Amino acid sequence: MAWETVIGLEIHAQLSTQSKIFSGSSTAYGAPPNAQANLVDLAYPGVLPVLNAEAVRMAVKFGLAINARVTRRSIFARKNYFYPDLPKGYQISQYELPIICGGAVDIVLDDGTVKRIDVTRAHLEEDAGKSLHEGLAGSTGIDLNRAGTPLIEIVSEPAMRSAKEAVAYLKKIHTLVRYLQICDGNMQEGSFRCDANVSVRQRGAEKLGTRAEIKNLNSFRFVDKAINFEVARQIELLEGGGQVVQETRLYDADRGETRSMRSKEEANDYRYFPDPDLLPVEIDQLYIDTVAASLPELPDQKAQRLRKDYHLSVYDAGVLTASAELADYYEHVVRELGGDPGLAMSPKLVANTVMGELAGLLNRDGLEISASRVTAPALAGLLRRIADNTISGKIAKDVLEAMWDEDQQADAIIDARGWRQITDESAIEAAIDAVMAANPSQLAQYRSGKDKLFGFFVGQAMKATQGKANPARLNELLKKKLGG
Amino acid sequence: MSELHEKSVVELATALRARQVSSVELTQAFLERVTRHQRELNAFISITAEAALAEAAQADARLRSQDAGPLTGVPIAHKDIFCTRGQKTTCGSRMLANFVSPYDATVVARLRAAGVVMLGKTNMDEFAMGSSNETSFFGPVRNPWDRERVPGGSSGGSAVAVAARLVPAATATDTGGSIRQPAALCGVTGLKPTYGRVSRFGMIAFASSLDQGGLLTRSAGDAALLLGAIAGFDERDSTSVELPVPDYSAALEQPLKGLKIGVLKEFFDKGLDPAIDQLLRAALDVLRSQGAVIKEVSLPHLPLSVPTYYVVGPAECSSNLARFDGVRYGYRCDKPRDLLDLYQRSRGEGFGAEVKRRIMTGTYVLSAGYYDAFYLKAQRVRQLISNDFEHAFHDVDVVIGPTTPTAAFELGAKTSDPVTMYLNDIYTIGANLAGLPAISVPCGFAQGLPAGMQIIGPHFGEERLLNVAHRYQLETDWHRRTPAGFA
Repeated sequence: MAWETVIGLEIHAQLSTQSKIFSGSSTAYGAPPNAQANLVDLAYPGVLPVLNAEAVRMAVKFGLAINARVTRRSIFARKNYFYPDLPKGYQISQYELPIICGGAVDIVLDDGTVKRIDVTRAHLEEDAGKSLHEGLAGSTGIDLNRAGTPLIEIVSEPAMRSAKEAVAYLKKIHTLVRYLQICDGNMQEGSFRCDANVSVRQRGAEKLGTRAEIKNLNSFRFVDKAINFEVARQIELLEGGGQVVQETRLYDADRGETRSMRSKEEANDYRYFPDPDLLPVEIDQLYIDTVAASLPELPDQKAQRLRKDYHLSVYDAGVLTASAELADYYEHVVRELGGDPGLAMSPKLVANTVMGELAGLLNRDGLEISASRVTAPALAGLLRRIADNTISGKIAKDVLEAMWDEDQQADAIIDARGWRQITDESAIEAAIDAVMAANPSQLAQYRSGKDKLFGFFVGQAMKATQGKANPARLNELLKKKLGG
Repeated sequence: MSELHEKSVVELATALRARQVSSVELTQAFLERVTRHQRELNAFISITAEAALAEAAQADARLRSQDAGPLTGVPIAHKDIFCTRGQKTTCGSRMLANFVSPYDATVVARLRAAGVVMLGKTNMDEFAMGSSNETSFFGPVRNPWDRERVPGGSSGGSAVAVAARLVPAATATDTGGSIRQPAALCGVTGLKPTYGRVSRFGMIAFASSLDQGGLLTRSAGDAALLLGAIAGFDERDSTSVELPVPDYSAALEQPLKGLKIGVLKEFFDKGLDPAIDQLLRAALDVLRSQGAVIKEVSLPHLPLSVPTYYVVGPAECSSNLARFDGVRYGYRCDKPRDLLDLYQRSRGEGFGAEVKRRIMTGTYVLSAGYYDAFYLKAQRVRQLISNDFEHAFHDVDVVIGPTTPTAAFELGAKTSDPVTMYLNDIYTIGANLAGLPAISVPCGFAQGLPAGMQIIGPHFGEERLLNVAHRYQLETDWHRRTPAGFA
């Protein structure tokens, strides 16, 4: 039987405002427990919420970036449930009239085709605090530093058909919110996380299968694994004659499986109603226009421009625009090199170095591009030495590593290590002569027609020059001399 | 010259500025009365004598250094629903019996800044839910006109403190009549401003869309002076309105000639005590004699106000009171077994019966499957009632009717039947649902007990309300009557 997977995501992105959504407390991460919880966050008797205008601006920014409709009059509602890390006994969220409706983003599938994923809505809400169970001798501790941090919850249509698509969509939103500078995207700290609604149905069926909601996935890898596990679980269940029950499940990263958390019957009745402490949020066209004018170049636009300006492939442009910082870095290097007329360093080669060797070093040390130990001008300095034949591409890799480890400019390293390429014909000829003299039998075989030995002589001559001989010149001279 | 406790806020403020009396002297005199009558009336939950005398000394220093405002040194009391920094703020509940607020409500802070001296916190129905002050965890308040009768509620302690001349004035709050009804039953003046006129920050919420802070005073003149101090936009309350605060005292004397008064047909129904009906007609004659024009107006949806209120109010209350969970402050049950037990017993033991009844009602009307039938429908009716008022104010400047259907009833008379109790607010709830300002002024005595005339105005029409009430009080002396034993 052929099964089709259907996935919808609810993404929670923490907005990077200075203060919380309804109180003046700081939103900075990592403070001692409750150091950033004021009377409003603690839900003291008599306190009232006041909406943070910056959170609204960020939500509108997001809406415009995905071509959604910005609701002219949106309403905050109370979602009522009891939990110790929810101090008011309700979460202020949006229910019937969210600030953002509709919109879509495009993802690129493996075969290169573009798929449009529709967004249902995005609404503003406050985050809850945290319950701490460890090291408290059987008690539960409550940390309300996170309580009241602004979130935008982005709800997609059930438009994805595989874990891969879900991850691609999640990455797309992740890239977008960072471009917009409305979320730091830090998944470890929980600034960007998602719930996945997963169901399966027989291919061709119109009706959606019963779904399970997997809560709080905080890495791309977990999203992939959790969905794949859940899909397999549901298919196995259905093929064994069982039924999927609507429920909330947790992903256990250690065991790599999802586990039932609560069934639909145990679910809360949230008793949503409009929050009487907050006025409707009214947004006019002038405000929307102002926010629209502040939008940066978005990932898709940037990728298209890179392809056009630098003749990059779809793939390269996609990789380089995964973050605005990476794209900026790349363009900075290209610009630096462009300042030297006559130097033939193609943007494609720059892209290869940035996506290859540099990315490798960043990866190795777990650094973001913004923390790269080799700056864009420094990398340009290195590439310039390849272009002007000072060093070979092969040596360039060693130079880059040395630059990375020793915090030095390319020229300093090339000079200090004597890695300058030998282009002087007499020096190369001398090396060749020495190699020929030292290998008379090979020379004889070559001259009697064993052409394959040419490679042997290249290697020996290169060795004799410590790899610094200009390869083209070496080849040329060697051919001439060996030929006698 | 009469006794200090017989003086109005306006008179006391003048005497203070003229240095005829010091704030410490005044504070001592009123504290003496507060303490003397506490056992008998139970008007206070906390008496903050030490802090009051310190504040009075500061006020005297300001008065000496000519740095005094119009209210500097005047003693008052706050309803125990307003958070007061460093002082217990109980809201009349076991849940907060030991809660000391770390901050001042905006109303408290503004009066403090004006130099007002707080003598204590007045008794009230638990979380302002009640019409007789019998739901207070700290015991009922007694009506100084008849100690066997209720003072009304929920601001019963404030009304009694003013009626018995224990304080010149007191703050109060009104969600469905909690200022006006006790004002009527105790023979004092009670002003509920327009929703949004006075900040709700620091006023412990019962029903956020209905709650409004206001005043219980001996006269409209005093209410005008005090309203000027507490009114105005507060950036910490999004529902407070950004409108300039007029000089309410300046408009008091304006003649009533040509004033168009609408008499609310629906208020003069069969539920109204005929004696009060008579008093109202006499009061209208007084206003007519000053040149006011009186016509009948009808608010057809007003009879729906009680059921509407008892959906909207409990719905909001069920959510507002969820924060009292025994986790961070307030009452926590002894040795909770687990989280559920902590919630159930802390709330079960911390809240009284009326509060629990309203939480359950509110939870029910917001539940899946009932929301449309109850909450949404109530919101629609609320809009219709609002429209009725708006329509009426096209024709008239103010509308007038009784504040309550009867005078003060006996303690315990209605405690076993909540609906009968709820009907006590039948005339006052409309103004809350529509967010309108309203004032209750004493208009005579029915069977020896005070009755109140209610004047309701359009949004932000406080100047006109105070003006009408003041002109009425210039012609009558009902508001000057003091209960026997308290003169």
